Amino acid sequence: MSISISAKYIGRLQLVVLFIGWLFGILFPAVVWAKDTVETKQQRGAYLTRVANCAGCHTARGGQDFAGGRILNTPFGEFVVSNITPDAETGLGRWSEEDFWQALHHGKSKDGRYLYPVFPYTEYTRISRQDADAIFSYLRSVTPVRQINPEHKIHSPYDNQFLLFLWRTWYFKEGVYQPDSTKSQEWNRGAYLVEGLGHCNACHTARNVWGASKDDRPLGGEIVGSRWYAPSLVSVQQAGVGHWPIEEIVELLSTGINQHAVTSGPMATIVRQSLQYLTAEDQRAMAVYLKSLGEQDKDQQSKRKIPPMPEVVRQYLARGESIYEKHCQDCHGKSGQGAPGIYPPLAGNRAVTMNPPQNVIRSVLYGGYSPVTAGNPRPYGMPPYQHIIRDVEISQVISYIRNAWGNFGSLVSPDEIDQSRGSEH
Amino acid sequence: MRLLILSGILFFTSVAAADAPVEVADTIAERVKSCMLCHGDQDKTGLDAYYPRITGKPAGYLFNQLRNFRDGRRYYQPMAILLENLTDEYLQEMAEYFAAQPYNYPLPRPHALPSATVQEIQVLVDSGDATRDLPACSACHGADLMGVKPFIPGLLGLPSAYLAAQFGGWRNGGVMRGQVPNCMSEIARKLSQEEVNALALWLPAQAASGEPAEQDVLAPEMVERCQSIFSARRMTKP
Repeated sequence: MSISISAKYIGRLQLVVLFIGWLFGILFPAVVWAKDTVETKQQRGAYLTRVANCAGCHTARGGQDFAGGRILNTPFGEFVVSNITPDAETGLGRWSEEDFWQALHHGKSKDGRYLYPVFPYTEYTRISRQDADAIFSYLRSVTPVRQINPEHKIHSPYDNQFLLFLWRTWYFKEGVYQPDSTKSQEWNRGAYLVEGLGHCNACHTARNVWGASKDDRPLGGEIVGSRWYAPSLVSVQQAGVGHWPIEEIVELLSTGINQHAVTSGPMATIVRQSLQYLTAEDQRAMAVYLKSLGEQDKDQQSKRKIPPMPEVVRQYLARGESIYEKHCQDCHGKSGQGAPGIYPPLAGNRAVTMNPPQNVIRSVLYGGYSPVTAGNPRPYGMPPYQHIIRDVEISQVISYIRNAWGNFGSLVSPDEIDQSRGSEH
Repeated sequence: MRLLILSGILFFTSVAAADAPVEVADTIAERVKSCMLCHGDQDKTGLDAYYPRITGKPAGYLFNQLRNFRDGRRYYQPMAILLENLTDEYLQEMAEYFAAQPYNYPLPRPHALPSATVQEIQVLVDSGDATRDLPACSACHGADLMGVKPFIPGLLGLPSAYLAAQFGGWRNGGVMRGQVPNCMSEIARKLSQEEVNALALWLPAQAASGEPAEQDVLAPEMVERCQSIFSARRMTKP
């Protein structure tokens, strides 16, 4: 009897222990698991926000992160970038995950207004729901900043929502990136990064008079609101990398410089703000995809016949040569060989010979340092020449480097120098 | 035939020699070479040139200016573009390099100011004007106006045109826009145009010599008043 009683008690005790254990089993792992997913979601979101470079536009020069206020000048008017910190009054504090998805995927604001395509939802629409939610979760976690930004100043009639509706119907193709099953997983990841998160096409395609991309492929175009030209990522004469080894593409994207090329202008800024922080796998995936976009025809350069030069052109270039010897040769070398990885070679450099010539003109006018990155922490720089030599001399020296050492490019005029001026970015 | 081979070899070796990469020193001096086109050459930092010298100025002051240019608080487009993609750490290395460079000050340039004006200026420099809440220039810029380490620049050996432009910038909010309150903006706004003109002529006439003073010469109330100048992050070495 006593045995049965004690057995009974032990049985109860065991039941209690079991019950507590069961409670723990349910609650504790669930708590840990829930906490873990929120944190990893935010961490993933932080990374994806870097890749999408949200801060690049949503932070004003010297301003607070994600608080907006940066002004983008376009032919359609002046757009003021919004505050995307979680401040309730002036930021996204009252937005839900669904509202954020509406904006990113459909190009519609919380209140149902159509957003202007200066916000690249035309590219962000390729982003998966899971990634969009992670980005939102990260943005909810950043320090809220109460900052009221000024209103857009959009020229009539572009401020009309109905016109924007028509524009969307005509030009906006909504839809998450669909993997191409004939290609590798790596290629698909690269395509997703380039076309979606990285929104490379926003700059690397030409825009028509309505500000819409003319082509699905990144064939190069003037950057709206900037005097820089975003080169074609396809053409072997511009920035196509079909003939480069994967490692060299990765090097340029991650450090801002390699043996052949150096990033400058807005691209240098994007390397600093975003691309250098990509994981090695993502950098490689991007490179694999970009390589596949590029033309393969290596002979195109050598096939071109260089026509004989008239005497007057020869004289023009000779004046350029003497300016080169005085100002450029110390760093770029007598035969334009440069110091690869430090001072870019000019011989065979596509950025030098490219049409239109405004990027090389801007490099001479404004100079610049390649971005500080983990792979290139103390970059070398080029001084600005805009206040050192006159426009006519700049046009002569640029015409010279475009046609020396086997290079072949159009001559540039002092007018073209002047037209390439202006705009900080 | 032998000659042909020999000339062939000579041709290719000469091509190879011409194509050898330019040798580049792995030094900070080489890395800031692009600054020297405007700021380095003694001839270009003479009294009439607009580019101020940067060698020998206090490191903290230079570092603050570099950051201000980069972040748009001090507006000058060529500097903003040049520094766009550089980090605080790298800018600090550059600032320390220039601060450590010896500098030969230009000879004083005599002014033709009437003696009454000179007397007024001297009062402003040494005592300020309490009725307008103007501190003495020397209270911040050092007793001999050679600056105070590490944040306050000297006032001597600078071109007249540069000084006048800086005063103009402060008065119109152009030099340090967005950074308020800025003590120098307040001071410049209280000065009359005549005083600014006279200062821009009087300062270059003073002989520059010696080093910036050490920070402990500054009165606490001046440090308080010019807080924005002393707020450099990560200034490890003065």
